[in-house]
Amino acid sequence: MDATILGLLLLDGVQNGVIYGLLALAMVLVFAVTRVILVPIGELMMFAPLSFIWLQEGKLPGTLWLALALGVLWALLERGRGRGLPLLGGMGLLLLFLLAQGSPALAYLAALLLVVYLGVATYRVFFQPMREATVLAYLIMAVGLHVAYQGLGLVFFGPEQYRPAPLLPGEVTVGLSWQGVLVLLFALAAVLGLYLFFRLSLFGKALLAAAENRLGARLLGIRPEEAGMVAFAIASFLAGVSGLLLAPLINAAYFMGFMLGLKGFVAAILGGLVSYPVALVGALLVGLFESFTSFYASAYKEALVFLLLVPALFVQSLRARAVEE
Amino acid sequence: MRYLWFLFLLLPLALSPFPFYLTLLNFFAISALVALSLYVLTGLGGMTSFAQAAFMGMGAYATALVTVKGGFSPWLGLLLGLLLSLLLALLLGGLTVRLKGHFLPLSTIAWQVALYILAGNLVGLTGGHTGLTDLPPLVLLGLPLDSAFRYAFLGLFLLVLFILALGNLRRSRLGRALLALRGDALAAASFGVDPAALRLQAFLLAGGMAGLAGFLYAHFLRFVNPTPFSLEASIKYLVMAVAGGVGSIPGVLLGSALFTGLEDWLKDLLPLFLGRQGNYETIAYGLVLAAILILAPKGLWPLLERRLPQGEGRLPQGEGLPETPLEGKRGEVVLEARGLRKAFGGLLAVNNVSLELRRGEILALIGPNGAGKSTTFNLITGAIPPDAGQVFLLGREITGLPPHRIHPLGLGRTFQHPHLFPELSVLENVALGTYARTRAGFPQVLLGLHGQEEARALATAYRALKRVGLEDLALERAERLPAGQQRLLEIARALASGASVLLLDEPGAGLRAGEKRELARLLKSLAREGYTILLVDHDMDLIMGLADRVVVMNYGEKIAEGTPKEVQRDPLVRAAYLGEAA
Repeated sequence: MDATILGLLLLDGVQNGVIYGLLALAMVLVFAVTRVILVPIGELMMFAPLSFIWLQEGKLPGTLWLALALGVLWALLERGRGRGLPLLGGMGLLLLFLLAQGSPALAYLAALLLVVYLGVATYRVFFQPMREATVLAYLIMAVGLHVAYQGLGLVFFGPEQYRPAPLLPGEVTVGLSWQGVLVLLFALAAVLGLYLFFRLSLFGKALLAAAENRLGARLLGIRPEEAGMVAFAIASFLAGVSGLLLAPLINAAYFMGFMLGLKGFVAAILGGLVSYPVALVGALLVGLFESFTSFYASAYKEALVFLLLVPALFVQSLRARAVEE
Repeated sequence: MRYLWFLFLLLPLALSPFPFYLTLLNFFAISALVALSLYVLTGLGGMTSFAQAAFMGMGAYATALVTVKGGFSPWLGLLLGLLLSLLLALLLGGLTVRLKGHFLPLSTIAWQVALYILAGNLVGLTGGHTGLTDLPPLVLLGLPLDSAFRYAFLGLFLLVLFILALGNLRRSRLGRALLALRGDALAAASFGVDPAALRLQAFLLAGGMAGLAGFLYAHFLRFVNPTPFSLEASIKYLVMAVAGGVGSIPGVLLGSALFTGLEDWLKDLLPLFLGRQGNYETIAYGLVLAAILILAPKGLWPLLERRLPQGEGRLPQGEGLPETPLEGKRGEVVLEARGLRKAFGGLLAVNNVSLELRRGEILALIGPNGAGKSTTFNLITGAIPPDAGQVFLLGREITGLPPHRIHPLGLGRTFQHPHLFPELSVLENVALGTYARTRAGFPQVLLGLHGQEEARALATAYRALKRVGLEDLALERAERLPAGQQRLLEIARALASGASVLLLDEPGAGLRAGEKRELARLLKSLAREGYTILLVDHDMDLIMGLADRVVVMNYGEKIAEGTPKEVQRDPLVRAAYLGEAA
């Protein structure tokens, strides 16, 4: 291996790593606030670029109808003024999609908002009615939604892979495209933004409080449903932007989100599903590990990543007490 | 009655004119076996696995390699397949059973995906996505099982064996312990259940069952490729189990039967409906699963079961477990804490607390809210490890030992908020107490060889119920009991465990005046018989009439010790309780 290849592998690893990192951040956040392990995050991620491509071709994507159908259910579950958000949001979304069919800039926005709306509706329709369920029941639900959304992705978009035009064309140097730089910049901005949100804004602090102690937060007037919806909104937003930025680099297809999400998981597990910084470092590690294994054993790279779980789980196992109250 | 399950074996005869249904019947038997493995994990143990299809794959590929590539007997393939699935279960379980509940299922997803990729990519070994073909048929007693009709007998026979074996498991100390672990690991551990070890054993059993199902699958189709061992397949089995009702064996069977039929129908119908080919049935699986989790979280079977006539339970008769007499000299120290200390972050909850508990006495630990009583209690019982200090029980140091190691040395406890298992009967809740006094392991239990010990354990539990006066409620579900009786039930459970030192955490809380008097009478008579009792409570009236000695705590420290009369006069105690100037 020479220096050029080493450089390429490093770049590739960091670029993938930050995406896993963002997914890991989103999953840690959602888990902390709602105890849901967000398995379908990969599907949400892929819905963004695929819907965008459909809009560019002047078609309305099936995801829109899915989002609107869940929106209607969401509205039915709410009472009184709570119905305003899903109904107005749904109508706004529909309007935006009709307008965005000709305009690429609007199409980005429409695809992103679609994913956020879908994410929140997913929480409201599927997870929130299970309130007080065990982590296990939430996980089974999450996995069920993953297979359902993946199957729907196949129905909506077919089995083909698509490569949308990059937002910023061209390369900085060999192996580093401007689009790749954009991915890195977004990751930085997202981490900084989350940090500021949690440190400075009252709502961010409330969310952290709800994550720390749900009953306590509730006693102080923080509604757990609201906290859950915001957590899902942030997670879907991160997933949507990551998907839109990543698609020109790695293609987009209905089945691709799951693997990306799973690697985000590995990163999140390296952080014990609780620590944001460790999850980020873990994500970079996963990205680099993957990029180097793909150089040496490309057919098995997807399998080898999961080997990283062994030492991570082992270390946590040593630290754990057998009995948790 | 339970042998009626063997009527399943008549199904192939009934369906023999319909080859298509015979094939479905085989798939039902295999799927039900995998779904039953999830009954062990999820229904009993409260864990789950998204890798049951990968375990099947181990069994299937092992026998395919042994027979096709090696040319050996399929039975060697079975052996190797079971070995491989057990090894995988050992690895996966060994890494995760000590961690919080969600790590195990998460890692099973990852391993499932990884193994699926390997099966598709190790072309030299597995034939890649084309797979391995021409597996030999199984031959049993000279009869080749080469038709769906004959094969169904084998599949259904094995299924019935496992139905009976898991029924045995459910009605055993191990089944109770698994159910208890699911509800409340600390309570289970307080009666001698080692959570990690038991979870691992359940995981091994489930892995082995899925491996066996994979073996059956491979020799039925006589062809293996990666597709039936994918994550989607694992999820399908979970959907079957959860939809039917993962908490009971008939529920799991119902789910398997429904979905085996439904799958075929969906595969025909959905492409027509959607106008193109694809694995669209996964959409239906996902949505059905979601609907069931929201609308009927316990599955379909409980809805049906309500309409069926309920069999009456029987009260246990006969001898109990052998009792060790309560011996030792009255007044000798049985439990001693020296200089216990525990801080939570910056809060010093317990600071330098020492106390002695002497045989045959009732010692009360009292103090205002937040004085550190419950923490002291948890330090002694091993629920949390102390930062400093030592604890001795009957002359042996138990500092820092986990609860499941402390309990068998002779310490039984109750909880401030009763830790009961609502879906178990009162009798079974008490019988959990006998866990550490009984021995039957998985092999004996699955084979049903634990009957005698089980009967004696139940008889012991029944006698403990009589002791506290709850024998009339033995067959009720524990969740139906009012708070006062739940506390008595916990005391009965501690008595059934044979422990001579009883630690009772607020036994009087939530009791009416009459119930408190009865409780006091019970505790006094236990102390007369030689039991030693440490209790934490707020209720001064109860304690002053009951305790031989009192230890008073405030702000994490011991501030007084003596007879009830002495501490009542103590100015420090009066200050702590009434806010008087000392």
